[in-house]
Amino acid sequence: MTSTLPSRKAIHLAAHFPGVNNTTVWTDPGSGSQIDFTSFEHLARTAERGLFDFFFLAEGLRLREHKGRVHDLDVVGRPESLTVLNALAAVTEKLGLAATVNATFNEPYETARRFASLDHLSGGRAAWNVVTSSDAFTGENFRRGGYLDRADRYTRAAEFVDVARQLWDAGTGRPVRHHGRHFTIEGDAGVPTPPQGHPVVIQAGDSAEGREFAAAAADVIFTRHGTLEAGRAFYADVKGRLAAHGREPEDLLIMPGVTFVLGDTDAEAQEKAAGIRRQQVSPQNAILTLEQVWGVDLSSYDPDGPLPDIDPVPDTGLSQGRTHRGDVFALAEKWRELSRAKGLSIRQTVIETTSRQSFIGTARTVAAEMDAFVQGDAADGFILVPHLTPGGLDDFVDQVVPLLQERGAFRTEYEGDTLRSHLGLRTPERTLTA
Amino acid sequence: MTSQPGRGLLHLAAAVDLAGTLDAEPYLRLVRLAEHGALDFVTLHDTFAAAGPDSLSVLSRIAPATSRIGLVPTVTTTHTEPFHVQAAVATLDWVSRGRAGWRPDVSPGDDEAALVGRRQPPAPADLWHEAGEVADVARKLWDSWEDGAEIRDVATGRFVDRDKLHHVDFEGRTFSVRGPSIVPRPPQGNPVVVVDATRPYAYDVAARHADVALVGIADPGQLATARAGLRRRAAEHGRDPDELRVLAALRIDLGGGERTARPGHGGGPLPTEEGPLYRGGPVDLADLITDWHRRGAADGFHLTPLDPRRDLERLVNGTVPLLQHRALFRTFYPGSTLREHLDLARPANQFAALAQESS
Repeated sequence: MTSTLPSRKAIHLAAHFPGVNNTTVWTDPGSGSQIDFTSFEHLARTAERGLFDFFFLAEGLRLREHKGRVHDLDVVGRPESLTVLNALAAVTEKLGLAATVNATFNEPYETARRFASLDHLSGGRAAWNVVTSSDAFTGENFRRGGYLDRADRYTRAAEFVDVARQLWDAGTGRPVRHHGRHFTIEGDAGVPTPPQGHPVVIQAGDSAEGREFAAAAADVIFTRHGTLEAGRAFYADVKGRLAAHGREPEDLLIMPGVTFVLGDTDAEAQEKAAGIRRQQVSPQNAILTLEQVWGVDLSSYDPDGPLPDIDPVPDTGLSQGRTHRGDVFALAEKWRELSRAKGLSIRQTVIETTSRQSFIGTARTVAAEMDAFVQGDAADGFILVPHLTPGGLDDFVDQVVPLLQERGAFRTEYEGDTLRSHLGLRTPERTLTA
Repeated sequence: MTSQPGRGLLHLAAAVDLAGTLDAEPYLRLVRLAEHGALDFVTLHDTFAAAGPDSLSVLSRIAPATSRIGLVPTVTTTHTEPFHVQAAVATLDWVSRGRAGWRPDVSPGDDEAALVGRRQPPAPADLWHEAGEVADVARKLWDSWEDGAEIRDVATGRFVDRDKLHHVDFEGRTFSVRGPSIVPRPPQGNPVVVVDATRPYAYDVAARHADVALVGIADPGQLATARAGLRRRAAEHGRDPDELRVLAALRIDLGGGERTARPGHGGGPLPTEEGPLYRGGPVDLADLITDWHRRGAADGFHLTPLDPRRDLERLVNGTVPLLQHRALFRTFYPGSTLREHLDLARPANQFAALAQESS
């Protein structure tokens, strides 16, 4: 053997279409349409040019509201994911196509059929990001309506995924009979078993229930980005849960969602990153972010002045459609402390605490840091969240991808045709229950 | 004048149903053929439990690979969520740049109900009542964003003008929806609604909600009467009847020869269980279409080929050129949206109109 490269873990990359929160900078002159198909096409083609594993779309079920009115400071509105992905299947050839579909406001039969359709029509490139959120506010748009107990969310989601897989396995001519706690289904799946066997299942969530659900049922876990140490701990914890479900460590990929800023020098990148954070946290957005924690109207406060002395009021329902979990008193105190220690205004505090990018630097710096994260077992890859539509991925693909390839950590061509093949996941064995 | 169907250009649509076909390519070939013939739109049938991919997914897959032709999938309303249905149809309009329609249908079968754990579906009259409500709420949700709601006002930091976003607060018999939609108002304002008016219990849904009503009647005189009746009923619902296109729905079997075994179009189409069936050559079909159109029987035709690959090719290369030669059918698409092909106005926004009245 003449090869001197040590064997490296292959990095997996995915692209997240810029979403409806303040990560997406719509005020930038380079910011294009969030709804025209050309924007989706540009980002998906860029991701495919960069040999990414998949393209990811989030889901909207209710426009966010603040103080009883539609929240107007961030991007509002988006298309229905599966319809866009089927259209993108026409303009891409290898790229995986991932749609977020809620397990609470859908039925397993129809969801299984729609993902089987995408998998057939794309030649085996479909992925389903299963989310379990459920609240009365969102439920007002749906037949099923309101609330699902937090514990029930995951049992419903687990049963939902299980039924979908039974339907995919059964294909046509072999009826499925399922009588469970949440669903009763009898009949033929209608669609033959999809090319991938099962479309790839992604699960997002860092909670203990979420981790356990992912370990039992998911192929990819979409997590939050933290420090290398925190990433390692999460990685070890989740991978450690797999054996109990009869699964191998490589059966579940861990992919944190990350942001990035590139520059010609590290210093220039830092400067750019700070500028983007100021764009992301406008004065109005700073007050809004504070109100989401404090739960009360703070419109009389000066965004360039000090933080409020009053304490938060939990569960006022001031902001709907995006919930702040956890202890708001502790969070408010932490922010006040930071503000006092560093002499930061409201806006500066929000910038400091909420919007720091994951990777900042030259292409070389970012490639090295990403590689270290993966080789250090803090992740298997990343879901990149650009801050600009539709050009936010261009520089990354042109500059960082070649350096990752140079390091021997990223593919130089697609080896297979299906998303499972890109992710190194085996085709599931068909289990026929009927 | 659209109220005089014999005088204007006629409208042509075709079904591209390919039972059990899973790949996009065969559908794409048919839709491109139909687009080559400058047809107004294609339909793709579906049921809640049909074999094969769902039709809205197929036509989304087709959209970027075509440029002018309208795309009308069947979407069922019985076991689906109205909010998801309208969002998907609006998105088809976005990805096709204004070429989407939908054909609401119901799921009356016990087998379909069993797939969602329901013991039996509601009675057919109730199913169509619900389908009408879904068509109604879909329009409201498409209008829940006014045109120009996205303002991107950097000075005030506002991406949208929320005075132009509306809760719809729809209360139906079987569901309610608060709104607004998640999807901005689609390019056509409202994608085109196509209803099979001859389906039992669907007549009133067509008169109330359809932009295009399909009527399967084998006799041109009776068809003209049915058209007049639908227009009258639409007017009773407060609609402008000229905003409703009535198309004759025919199944076609264009066989192998230029002309039918019997010369001329003989006795015309035969009534069958699944609607009138026309058997003959492409030239005879052109004669029949010409004759019915001049008699004012319909504003156009929706043709369902028995053998799509063969019959659509014969329709586009045999029948359509004759109709074009007789100046009854367009030779190219002057417009780019399905509404433009159908000569239907882009609808005013119902919430914007309300806001103006109250100010």
